[in-house]
Amino acid sequence: MSYKIIVLVKQVPDTKNITVDAMKPDGTVNRSALPTIFNPEDLNALEEALKIKDKYGAKITALTMGPPNASEVLRKSLFYGVDDVILLSDRKFAAADTLATSYALSLAIKKIGEFDLIIGGTQAIDGDTAQVGPQTAEKLHINQITFVDKIQKLSDREIVANRTTDYGYETVKAKLPILLTITAEANTPRPFSVKKTLTYKNAISLIEKHDYDEEYLQSNNPNKPFIITTWNHEDIGAEIEQCGLNGSPTQVKQIENIVLEVGESKEIDNSEDGFKLLISELFSEHIIG
Amino acid sequence: MANFFEDNDDLLFRFKNLDLDQIIELREDNFSEANKFGYAPKNIKDAKDSYERILKIAGQIAGNVIEPYSAETDEIGAKLIDGEVVYTPGTKVGLEAMKKADMMGFTLPRKYGGLNCPMTLYCMAIEITSRADAAFMNIFGLQSDIADTIYKFADDKLKDKYLPMLCEGNVTSSMSLTEPDAGSDLQAVMLKAYQDESGQWFLNGVKRFITNGNGEIALVLARSEAGSEDGRGLSMFLYEREEHMTIRRIENKLGIHGSPTCEMQFNDAPAHLVGKRRVGLIKYVMSLMNEARIGIGAQSLGIAEAAYREAKKYSEERKQFKQTINKFIPVSEMLGNMRVKIEAGRSLLYESAVIVDLKDGIEEHILKYPEEKKRYKKDLKKYTALANMLTPIVKAYNSEMSNEVANDGLQIHGGTGYMKEFNAERHFRDARITNIYEGTTQLQVVAAIGGIMKGVFESLINEYEEKNDFSYFTLYHKQVQKMADFVKEAIDFIKENNDNEYQAYHARRIVEISTKVIIGYLFLKDAKHSERKKEILKYYLEFAMPEVKMKSEIILNKTESFLENKTTILENKN
Repeated sequence: MSYKIIVLVKQVPDTKNITVDAMKPDGTVNRSALPTIFNPEDLNALEEALKIKDKYGAKITALTMGPPNASEVLRKSLFYGVDDVILLSDRKFAAADTLATSYALSLAIKKIGEFDLIIGGTQAIDGDTAQVGPQTAEKLHINQITFVDKIQKLSDREIVANRTTDYGYETVKAKLPILLTITAEANTPRPFSVKKTLTYKNAISLIEKHDYDEEYLQSNNPNKPFIITTWNHEDIGAEIEQCGLNGSPTQVKQIENIVLEVGESKEIDNSEDGFKLLISELFSEHIIG
Repeated sequence: MANFFEDNDDLLFRFKNLDLDQIIELREDNFSEANKFGYAPKNIKDAKDSYERILKIAGQIAGNVIEPYSAETDEIGAKLIDGEVVYTPGTKVGLEAMKKADMMGFTLPRKYGGLNCPMTLYCMAIEITSRADAAFMNIFGLQSDIADTIYKFADDKLKDKYLPMLCEGNVTSSMSLTEPDAGSDLQAVMLKAYQDESGQWFLNGVKRFITNGNGEIALVLARSEAGSEDGRGLSMFLYEREEHMTIRRIENKLGIHGSPTCEMQFNDAPAHLVGKRRVGLIKYVMSLMNEARIGIGAQSLGIAEAAYREAKKYSEERKQFKQTINKFIPVSEMLGNMRVKIEAGRSLLYESAVIVDLKDGIEEHILKYPEEKKRYKKDLKKYTALANMLTPIVKAYNSEMSNEVANDGLQIHGGTGYMKEFNAERHFRDARITNIYEGTTQLQVVAAIGGIMKGVFESLINEYEEKNDFSYFTLYHKQVQKMADFVKEAIDFIKENNDNEYQAYHARRIVEISTKVIIGYLFLKDAKHSERKKEILKYYLEFAMPEVKMKSEIILNKTESFLENKTTILENKN
């Protein structure tokens, strides 16, 4: 059988390459000072979807919510081999917390229509909440399995997957449709397909800056770039009060910079006494015991 | 996250300054496929942008997927288990990545599922992957040479069946030429091909030293004309793996451990004739070999690049006498020497690849539009002669250069470099095959000397002079011209001498100094685009000039005492 899969992807600041201007004085993230990347675990989610496509056949739609330049993760999704992409973008969506984000995403998913699987990364490296996936599933009233590192079995009715826990893993069986969140351990993302990259390299959303003539973009010219479907709050029928900052009950009280410092190092003898000293220090610092 | 294209400034410089316009025009045939294939370019600019994206993907795979496995692949090597070759995990992962990225039909036309890329770009991809793992390149790189040979010479039925398989990357291939008694001398090939009453061909005999002989598809050189003894009794066959061929053993080699070198036993194995009988060696193998030789030039360069980077990094970290060893002139000079050789090899390789592309492009164009034959006749003749001379020159220079660079790289590591824990000794071992396979350096000299003696070298120099304005660098231009004069003098002397043995004796020296002059012109051209390249040129000429002069003098001095007293010298009896 062929599956209908929606992959949730996100453009995030590259938190591994933080520069001094990463935070604004008011404690919010200074996005313009950070290079943006494809959220790493979303690449694992995408790879899991592509593996299903390779094995059983699937139509994969990548969905993202973000500013116009978030089109970049959708272009990349096309380079990897997804069949369609949707950009959810509107100033009204700005500053959304996980509740407002999952609200908008769930409406967009309803608009896309039928699906068997929704797959996302476990968490994004900017907020690190791991809440958007679960909340989206709740809003859609569907099953969910989080922290998946292996899909064991998949049929047109149900899925068996391993989810990692702090103490090992659980094997979970659930009925489709379902939402899965995928961990980094699940797979190694594949490289771009050259053919797809060359085919979609000029793909654009009409709300991005571009030099094309509007008439040309609306024409039937076979050489015109692929147009990324772009929806605003009206397109998905969202209530403004539930979008963006308005729809976000999360209040950021305070953000502080924490600099992790390496303390003084101590050399311990490779001897019986040395080990005893090491163990007693580890106990007294409450690192073990 | 290393990208072996984007992190290599000299390769980026080369790519940026390549003159690909005519090649793209010939290859894309008026961009007629733009409406048929979404990934076909719409114009020259679009094609160049696509090429850059392809190399970025190749660079990403090389740096992040292939390279991390290279030491492990070398350590465990390909194995023969129950008559079947098993690749290392790294080779498998690399091949899968290349397949997923659509890299397996690199140069083939789009109608078979290929990318329709020129040879020049393919060489860049080979350089990039070889830097990650020289052994991996053998399995990836062979594919295109074999596919191209099938594309050029097989009939449509074979092409339609096998080319899509190769492009999809579900099969790998081999060129099965060498036999126990037919190495450099392929005219001695004995493997027998015969037909039954229905016309079906069968193969019987043994092939040896076959890279990836376990592949699903093999191009096999076999004696189709019973009773014949020379090259004209040999034809080319396409063999698809089934039970009538067994892998008897794989070789235990000095290097490139990830690449299985097989002994293949054919027992009445069914095969298809490729093209016409009797021209298997003289036409098809020559074409196949020429492509493969350029490929080895690129592989050699990739190994050298890897060796240089390891050595440079080590020299910046290793402290002796209270400072890092790169501060010591003898060490830094070695690095400088390595650097110049690598950049010379890169210039030479891509200059030659562009010429091969022009030749191939024109040939293909004429095949499609026979009425254009006359228009392109002169160009085709020129590029064919240049390609035939430059291909062995690149193979010889780059493979020897790779050995020298890997040797110096190991030396910079000192005792550590001799140990298996570091990559230096692997590069040293991997480089060692490059000046042997696909024709030894000694054979490359034989292949190159004819063109040089017939004036192809001189016509190339004349063209550099006519087509470039070197007035921005007069002093060094004059030096390069002077170097060229030394070479011309030596060539003329040999011609006047009219002694085959004397020519054979000095052929290697002639090829070496001709190569030095060509590199001189290429660096001159580069100097126009970069201040740094001016410094490279200066540094290069300081040594190249006296070397060329010396070797030219050796020839002009009628140096031949070795020829006269060979036996006495070699016998060691006083």
